[in-house]
Amino acid sequence: MSKKSLKGRNNNLAKAERQLEILSSGIFANGELPTFAEKIKETHQLPIRPQKLEILQLNLGYMCNQVCAHCHVDAGPDRKEIMTKHTMQQCLEVIQKTNAHTLDLTGGAPEMNPHFRWFVEEATKVGIKDLIVRSNLTIIRANKAYYDLPEFFKKHNVHVVSSMPHWTRGKTDKQRGVGVFDTSIQALKELNAVGYGMPGSRLKLDLVYNPSGAFLPGDQLALETDFKKVLHQDFGINFHHLFAITNLPISRFLEYLIASENYEDYMYALVDAYNPAAVKNVMCTNTLSVSWDGWLYDCDFNQMLNLKVSGKHKHISTYNEEQLQDRNIVINQHCYGCTAGAGSSCQGVVT
Amino acid sequence: MAKIYYDAADLRKFSSITEWSEELGTKFFDYYGKVFEEGALTAREKSLIALAVAHTEQCPYCIDAYTKDSLQRGVTKEEMMEAVHVGAAIKSGATLVHGVQMMKQVNKLEM
Repeated sequence: MSKKSLKGRNNNLAKAERQLEILSSGIFANGELPTFAEKIKETHQLPIRPQKLEILQLNLGYMCNQVCAHCHVDAGPDRKEIMTKHTMQQCLEVIQKTNAHTLDLTGGAPEMNPHFRWFVEEATKVGIKDLIVRSNLTIIRANKAYYDLPEFFKKHNVHVVSSMPHWTRGKTDKQRGVGVFDTSIQALKELNAVGYGMPGSRLKLDLVYNPSGAFLPGDQLALETDFKKVLHQDFGINFHHLFAITNLPISRFLEYLIASENYEDYMYALVDAYNPAAVKNVMCTNTLSVSWDGWLYDCDFNQMLNLKVSGKHKHISTYNEEQLQDRNIVINQHCYGCTAGAGSSCQGVVT
Repeated sequence: MAKIYYDAADLRKFSSITEWSEELGTKFFDYYGKVFEEGALTAREKSLIALAVAHTEQCPYCIDAYTKDSLQRGVTKEEMMEAVHVGAAIKSGATLVHGVQMMKQVNKLEM
């Protein structure tokens, strides 16, 4: 497993244009498979339009202490893109203006942004009901500057959402790096110790499951049952819910699919599993994604493909809710990842 | 030369068998879908049974399909290989139990 991001390796796939080129050629160009636009047109769902804005997802930067093989952000220790305090202030102003009830902080490892704690404290003052931090768990044990994160999260009633690809060491470490499983278990125990994830606790701890390979996630509830049983039995760990998220064919996961000669089969699997019912609730209809440098996107995946929102105002500094509500969502073949099976979003299944 | 037998891409075309016999094909796929639903057995248990049978039937399409299906359900490599051994044990047991028949015949025919 590489210790560097695609960008750090000067890999062509670090470029959004190259990824989009791949997603639009081959099996989609020769008519073997329908493009996403053609597919949703069959069920009269083109264009996809936003519903009420509920979730504002901020990417605080691409820096991360891990280099996961499937990362769609291409995050890693070598990434220097970090949201400035100025952009955070602009985000806070927008949060006050919108009726969004959920603020979703992601990265990289959002905790590595030097203004992270200041921002969480400020964000709790502006009437957000659910403040999510997508924590990779190992950051809590990365160095002593982060050891008090569980207490910090508790103090601000942060909703912790953490990645955990499997309940076995082998599968977890293969996807996320050697030693990640043991450190994650330790971090989960520390979160449990301050009350996170305990039955009936107001301190919410949810886990995210991404398949560790070229296959789709199984039934979310069945996986949650298995995770709960084994994590409790083997390690005494508690958590609330499991979100099963499909890996989208972009960035490092796209690199893996191509290198392992799984790309075509994976795209076939996504198209075969297309579910029109999931299109109605895809997360781009109620979520807006803001990049580290303040640009607006329909989702975190479009952010990585540099597909900004349509319309004149594309930056947080000129945020215009009226225009955003009247836009068409930007789509491409990667969107099949959110409409396969029970559907997939940052909050798990959508049907 | 194009692959004639056991082309992995043919699995994607499985549903096309319905084109030449719609009623029977549709009935088969309805039945097939129903069998694998959650029931008295979990879908995960059914997937492991299917994986074992896929091996005893030596069907490469079925092996590909249920290996992937097992992974999707969070089944571990150890569980998958144990399931294959269950299939193998039944196969070899079924061969060896016929040894009794052989022994009976020998005992009958020999003086």
